[in-house]
Amino acid sequence: MDGIAASLRNVNFFYGSQQVLFDVNLEVPERGILAFIGPSGCGKSTLLRSMNRMNDLIPGARLSGEVRIGDEDIYRPGADVISLRRKVGMVFQRSNPFPFSIAENVAYGIKINRLARDRATRDAIIERSLRSAGLWDEVKDRLHRPALALSGGQQQRLCIARALAVEPDILLMDEPASALDPIATARIEELANELKERFTIVIVTHNLQQAARVSDRTSFFLMGKLIESGETRQIFSKPVRKETEDYITGRFG
Amino acid sequence: MDRLYPWILRTLGLVVPALVVALGWQLYQGAAAARHAFGWGFVVGSSWDPVFNHFGAWPFIFGTLVTTAVAIVLAAPLGIGVAIFLAELAPNWLRGPVGYLVELLAAVPSVVFGLWGLFVLAPWMRTDLEPWLIAHGHNFPLFRGAPYGLGFLAAGLVLAIMVTPFVVGMAREAIIAVPRVQREAAYALGATRWETIWQVVLPGARSGIAGGVLLGMGRALGETIAVTMLIGNTPAVSASLLAPGYTLASVIANEFTEATTALYTSALVEIGLVLFASTLVVNLIARLMIARLAAAGAAA
Repeated sequence: MDGIAASLRNVNFFYGSQQVLFDVNLEVPERGILAFIGPSGCGKSTLLRSMNRMNDLIPGARLSGEVRIGDEDIYRPGADVISLRRKVGMVFQRSNPFPFSIAENVAYGIKINRLARDRATRDAIIERSLRSAGLWDEVKDRLHRPALALSGGQQQRLCIARALAVEPDILLMDEPASALDPIATARIEELANELKERFTIVIVTHNLQQAARVSDRTSFFLMGKLIESGETRQIFSKPVRKETEDYITGRFG
Repeated sequence: MDRLYPWILRTLGLVVPALVVALGWQLYQGAAAARHAFGWGFVVGSSWDPVFNHFGAWPFIFGTLVTTAVAIVLAAPLGIGVAIFLAELAPNWLRGPVGYLVELLAAVPSVVFGLWGLFVLAPWMRTDLEPWLIAHGHNFPLFRGAPYGLGFLAAGLVLAIMVTPFVVGMAREAIIAVPRVQREAAYALGATRWETIWQVVLPGARSGIAGGVLLGMGRALGETIAVTMLIGNTPAVSASLLAPGYTLASVIANEFTEATTALYTSALVEIGLVLFASTLVVNLIARLMIARLAAAGAAA
């Protein structure tokens, strides 16, 4: 299947009067991992957060242009933000489990979206999600213990399981490993690699090696503009634009 | 000097706890005569008769519990609601002024609340609220009897207003302390604003909110002058909230000048001891819950 999971057309983004994205055009193919790279403040996180309208929470934030998830224009007046966020899951920079038990964390999306008719279905989804996130074996005996007692890396994988439980089409990951140690980071990367067979993953990362290791395609941003987008191998070996080359060779950023 | 300073500060730091201990001890000693005369009967005895030197504090304990309960039942939902509004829903231009006015409410001297209650609230209750409650209460035991205006309900209502700012203040802090990333997690899963507030923010703020309610309860237990002006000052136990009653704090305030015998004085001191101990316990629990909140906030 080589469809388009998301497409962005002429996207401009403003925080109040400050413009942070300029005419971004991008297509996100289905399956596989797309990485957003670029120096701090280049707008990559803002763009990621415009794909599930998390930016709506910031007062004064405004977007022009078109963002399509599947065939749905998500910024059209009257668009259903709730069902959008069910289709587009998100994992954040800092792990953010709820102060509930492990099971309740995974079950939260199931509960609010009414995805399980009975307990057995719910428990099955919890197990499947935790298995997908590679956490099941570590937590199956303490599902009812507080999630905040887990290690940082486990918490982040729990957040991935929580996002997977509602079966999104797209999984957005905003620097998901930046607060983790190298071993936990490797686990997350491994996991992303497994999940890309089933989900479309868009990952924002500061870590160029990480982008090179895990992603199939890479988009490079600089000062709010999409400079270059293409196969990860090509971006890292034969970038077309001089800015891209300067960035990946470490001349700035 | 460098060696003297820590010594001075340590001494000053110990003075305050020492005062609390000394106060408790003095009350305990002062209450000796009443303790020996009545034992535990003092707490459960319901006759307060200075003429025959018979003292039972139950009507005052009862009045204190009832007025505090009325105050908390009203102030907790109101205060938590206002706190949610201020922390989560209010637009920025409204947040400042409303928050400031709520804080101002806490700064109004309680005698002013008493005056307002006596001259505005109580007459309205006598002519409007209480007849309505009696008519529509269908003989519900809480709303029975004659509409005096003054009584448990009037005192409880004014206490509720006085206590609300404390609940608001603590609950608001607790709600704000819930990490933003947890709200984002809920929204990102497709939660609505209400689901996020009710299912994620409030559970996260639970212990701080409970601490705020208990802090308000501590205030309500000990509040004296406004209650004295509105309770009706009748040492009687009644199931009806419309009936006049008496509280621990009020009886001390009203009768300390009349306490002519040693036993009478001692009985009032023992009432002070009961009040001291109960407010101490309630405040201690409140502080512990708030401290737990602070620790959880630091861990997140």
